[in-house]
Amino acid sequence: MQLTRTNAMIQDELTHSSRETRQDTRGRALTYLSIGLVVVLVVAIIYFIAARGVATFTTNHVTLSEFFGINWQPTATDSNGRPEVGALPMMVTSFSVTILAALVATPFALSVAMFMTDIAERRGAKLLQAVIELLVGIPSVVYGFIGLAVVVPFLRRLAGGTGFGILAGTIVLCVMVLPTVTSLAAASIRAVPLSLRQASYAMGATRWQTLRKVVLRAATPGIITAIILGMARAFGEALAVQMVIGNTTVLPRGLFTPTSTLTSTLTTEMGNTVPGTLQNNVLWSLALILLAMSLVFNLLVRLVGRKGALPS
Amino acid sequence: MMNAKQSDRLATVVIYTLVGVVIATLVFLLGYILFQGVPHISWRFLTTASSNMTAGGGIRDQLFNSLYLLVLTTIISVPIALGAGIYLSEYAPHNAVTSFVRSAIEVLSSLPSIVVGLFGYLVFALKFNLGFSVLTGAIALTVFNLPILTRNIEESLEDVPNLQREAGLSLGLSRWRTTTKIVLPTAIPGILTGIILSAGRVFGEAAALIYTAGQSNINVSYTDWNPFNASSFLNPMRPAETLAVHIWQLNTEGVTPDAKAISAGASAVLIIVILLVNLGARGLGGLVYRRLTGKQAKGAA
Repeated sequence: MQLTRTNAMIQDELTHSSRETRQDTRGRALTYLSIGLVVVLVVAIIYFIAARGVATFTTNHVTLSEFFGINWQPTATDSNGRPEVGALPMMVTSFSVTILAALVATPFALSVAMFMTDIAERRGAKLLQAVIELLVGIPSVVYGFIGLAVVVPFLRRLAGGTGFGILAGTIVLCVMVLPTVTSLAAASIRAVPLSLRQASYAMGATRWQTLRKVVLRAATPGIITAIILGMARAFGEALAVQMVIGNTTVLPRGLFTPTSTLTSTLTTEMGNTVPGTLQNNVLWSLALILLAMSLVFNLLVRLVGRKGALPS
Repeated sequence: MMNAKQSDRLATVVIYTLVGVVIATLVFLLGYILFQGVPHISWRFLTTASSNMTAGGGIRDQLFNSLYLLVLTTIISVPIALGAGIYLSEYAPHNAVTSFVRSAIEVLSSLPSIVVGLFGYLVFALKFNLGFSVLTGAIALTVFNLPILTRNIEESLEDVPNLQREAGLSLGLSRWRTTTKIVLPTAIPGILTGIILSAGRVFGEAAALIYTAGQSNINVSYTDWNPFNASSFLNPMRPAETLAVHIWQLNTEGVTPDAKAISAGASAVLIIVILLVNLGARGLGGLVYRRLTGKQAKGAA
């Protein structure tokens, strides 16, 4: 170690950044690069899909009312020579299966969540929790396969017809989103402070009164978030639904007639069209709707979060 | 009108019934896959090529493709997610830009996987001319994997107590050094668990792959180790149907006579791998933690 330093060395030390600073700058640059890449990716996804999706309207001059029509036959034209690209049947089916799945799944999810947090003893709750977490990880094609092998034949025997349709899609989606909704709802119910429960019991409330009027009330924002995220997953699910919905693009007439969702049409038809044609562009418009709905679900979660954060 | 006690009893019965239905469904689901599928799993099933027209096909190529895609995806996504996670936990200032970045990641994580797949198809398969290939598939899966992995790494880093950072900085280490040499090693068990759990998701993903990695296979040679040869099994430019895509394919457009048996077997393989991955993640996380923190298991010293 040198104790005396020359002027040059001191000058160098004072006018240049230290080794540590240079190291930090390099490291920082690496992290900026990574996060930049992620942001560019998100922007690129939105840009490319939006650019392709609006081509139907700008390049092919399809009007919005035609796009929201009920006849989907992109290779054909109607009596006025206009392309038949009415996407309403798919939107109706997509929203139907999503809402129905959420409606059916919610009571089950809430019961299991309350059972895990407030009713079962610790060991049973832990076991149930582990199974639920395992089910979150089951691939959607497996749900679709079981839907096709078990649910569709069952409905066929029950109601006649083919068995494919909204009800089959609802059942498959319901089982698929149940674990997600349950574990998120359980987390928010568990987060309700014990003191609230104790206060309620101390005033002589029964367990159900406590759960319904105190615990569920306090956990409402979290529960709503869980349901919205479940709906987002159901709305965007492609293959499991495609396998059981029947893939006939007509307005659904009931729970048992074959129909198709936005995702199932995209899955089956994207490979059969030539890029740049109307038939292809209109599929990208469907993808744009999916993207937009995903943003809407995101926004809803945010709004609920903000509302829930307010002191009440 | 019911009194409070009666309605409490009724509610309890209803809750128990609903929970019972859910448990029965879960047991049926797992039981169905395992009982229908496991009898079909044999060494021959795992090591025979699939066949479209005749019965008796296996899942050799699909199984390999799934694993290969998983490895490639992990190699591409872990460094990027590490960088992004470190940025968010160690460097990000509390301002509008950071909250924009966070919302972008949230949007990415909630995108339907079919949309991610179509983006990969449009940009990488068509625009960059990579076609239906292992590489395109790995990029699509990376997009799908990044937000979850980034958030997991960020959370694992944030769990490290600030005292550790203060100790590093007060010794004169740069922020970067402190992060890579002190904070990151402490967070490794959590990060590793996250990587393994995301591997399970990647392994079962299909919607993002049908238009990126493709729905077909070419004949590959498993003895050709040169990834630049067109017929090598390591060639990243070949189309590759994965196990999950194969299950979907068999059940929608397939003309394979024993489609149901093969799907059941393949589903069981998929579930078993994911089960092992989940158990492995829990076990490995704890093991690495003990190693890194020097807290040896009993008798190991």
